[in-house]
Amino acid sequence: MRRPVRWLAGVLAGLGALLALLLWLQLRDEAPSNGQNGSPTPGPIAAMPASTAEQLARGAYLARAGNCAACHTARGGAPYAGGRAIDTPFGAVFAGNLTPDAATGLGAWNADDFWRALHHGRSRDGRLLTPAFPYPNFTLVTRDDADALWAWLRTLPPVAQPNRPHALRWPFNTQMAQALWRTLYFRPGSFEPDPALSATVNRGAYLVNGLGHCGACHASRNPLGGSGALDDAGGSALPNQPWIAPSLTDAAAGGVPGRSADELVRLLKTGVSARATVMGPMAEVVAGSTQHLSEPDLHAMVAYLLQLPHAPAPTPPARTQRPPEAMARGEQLYADHCADCHGAQGQGAPGIYPPLAGNPTVTMADARNLVRAITRGGFPPATAGNPRPYGMPGFDLPHADLAALATWLRAAWGHDATPVMPVDVLLVR
Amino acid sequence: MKRLISALARRLALVLAPALCMTGTAWAGDTVLAAATPVVVPDTLAQRLQPCTACHGAEGRASREGYLPRIAGKPAAYLHQQLLNFRDGRRSNATMAELLAHQSDAYLRETAGHFASLDLPHNAPPAAPANPALMARGQTLALQGDAARRIPACVECHGQALAGTLPAVPGLLGLPRDYLIGQLGAWQTGSRRAIAPDCMAQIARRLAPEDASAVAAWLSARPVPPGHRAGPPPPGPAPLPCGSVSVPRP
Repeated sequence: MRRPVRWLAGVLAGLGALLALLLWLQLRDEAPSNGQNGSPTPGPIAAMPASTAEQLARGAYLARAGNCAACHTARGGAPYAGGRAIDTPFGAVFAGNLTPDAATGLGAWNADDFWRALHHGRSRDGRLLTPAFPYPNFTLVTRDDADALWAWLRTLPPVAQPNRPHALRWPFNTQMAQALWRTLYFRPGSFEPDPALSATVNRGAYLVNGLGHCGACHASRNPLGGSGALDDAGGSALPNQPWIAPSLTDAAAGGVPGRSADELVRLLKTGVSARATVMGPMAEVVAGSTQHLSEPDLHAMVAYLLQLPHAPAPTPPARTQRPPEAMARGEQLYADHCADCHGAQGQGAPGIYPPLAGNPTVTMADARNLVRAITRGGFPPATAGNPRPYGMPGFDLPHADLAALATWLRAAWGHDATPVMPVDVLLVR
Repeated sequence: MKRLISALARRLALVLAPALCMTGTAWAGDTVLAAATPVVVPDTLAQRLQPCTACHGAEGRASREGYLPRIAGKPAAYLHQQLLNFRDGRRSNATMAELLAHQSDAYLRETAGHFASLDLPHNAPPAAPANPALMARGQTLALQGDAARRIPACVECHGQALAGTLPAVPGLLGLPRDYLIGQLGAWQTGSRRAIAPDCMAQIARRLAPEDASAVAAWLSARPVPPGHRAGPPPPGPAPLPCGSVSVPRP
């Protein structure tokens, strides 16, 4: 009798120690929140010095830099009132209401609560937030910027719209799962400028890795949703979307190396450049965020990205036989459907229809963006710099034709990318 | 031996990497772009709006079979409202929502104006269903309505010729039968909405399933006469208030 009791006590003590450790891991580095947490009195404005016009303008700008509205606005809904579903491999996460409505929004929050959400990923009531809210990036935001963002959010018209509970599957819907995830993948941090780099590059690093949260899509993620570094050359297939966000440091995948800074700035500012057009989820980023950023900030972001270590050049694909009949068919399809706009030599019309010769979307190892672009087409975002975009019609070709066209494109004009099989098309369609 | 091979391979990779980087980063397309003349693109709305005509037919005059509606010649304010409704989720169509997601109100107004300005002949209607009772019921609903069930006649708002009225009531002729049935059903289920008060939703919910089928069958079988364009608003008050007509959109 005595031995099992001792054994049980040992196990319980061990579990208790583990829980305590887990709890400590969640709360470490958190500054006390001035005892205001849970207090029902909405006293945030009083707790902060009066907002200046400069601070509010900066807050509005920073909200653009973080593209907060993209997730925190439902389609056709009131801006920042939440409700949009964010698809994750673990279920849907519904973005919350950021307007200052007392009952359903952030009306009862104060600046410390907001800081803790951004910096530590914890809500006002102490719950751990899901990392679909990119607090692993936002932890880099300075307190000064967080306060500006907060002051500006307080000026939004309050909208009464209750938050929808997340539709995450078990066990991902538990606080324990959030705690474990954070233990594995999150440390509260702060942005430390690298003295070896210029002020411009440091500013770019702050924007790209902080509010911009570019790595949320462009870095690879492991099966548990842990995000790698931006320069890990992974890229990421977007959950439940037929798009892949290519690595930004891999030229072969459409990353920044080899492109001019001016071209990249133009792409982020207007959605089109001489050689590229944004589509899909990146169109949303340009429409909601980067087109509103200043040229110096865009140059800083691009300068930071350009100086990241380039991904190693990929090993050339093993020579695969391209079926001659598919090549002939693909060439014919190109002449019939594509050449009018993209040119017989794939030269395109710079700034209107992107060139396909040398286009990494055509040749990158994963062909899903190419297949997607052909089948669905689309418009680049309407921006101040490109207010009346030229669109591309979708070409709903049979699988075999689509595979033939993609295979031919990936071998034309000096390209040497692997052929696309009808089954590949079937999988991404 | 194995170690030697891997060391050699690593060294080889180091030598090759810059060369591969060059081909990778210097844009294989550079030479093509430098040599080839860029494609000359017409600066027209028809050219910009090719994604629309890919489905809605050349110049936006889809055939009268199938499902997709003709958009050419519909009132500009109506088309603009529908583009906003698709973009903002009051109408539900994944393709339309995706195409319009990041387009501005101004560009969508211009788009609507473009298709509204087209004055193009209609095709002959498809053969009418051989069901005289159905057609008679459809004709009665369209021209007289059903006062007992508070169903106004189509012509009361859509014009005596059913050609639509300015600024924002669309014509009802020249559309596929399946599209018309689909819209009435979408109003009934709430998947098509307009700015409140949503008059068509109220009317559609008063229709029995056979009513919707009958009126769609009759409308889709009508020929479209030449010069069929939306006219001035009808005199007198509308049978019920319509947000999409009385509330001008920005």
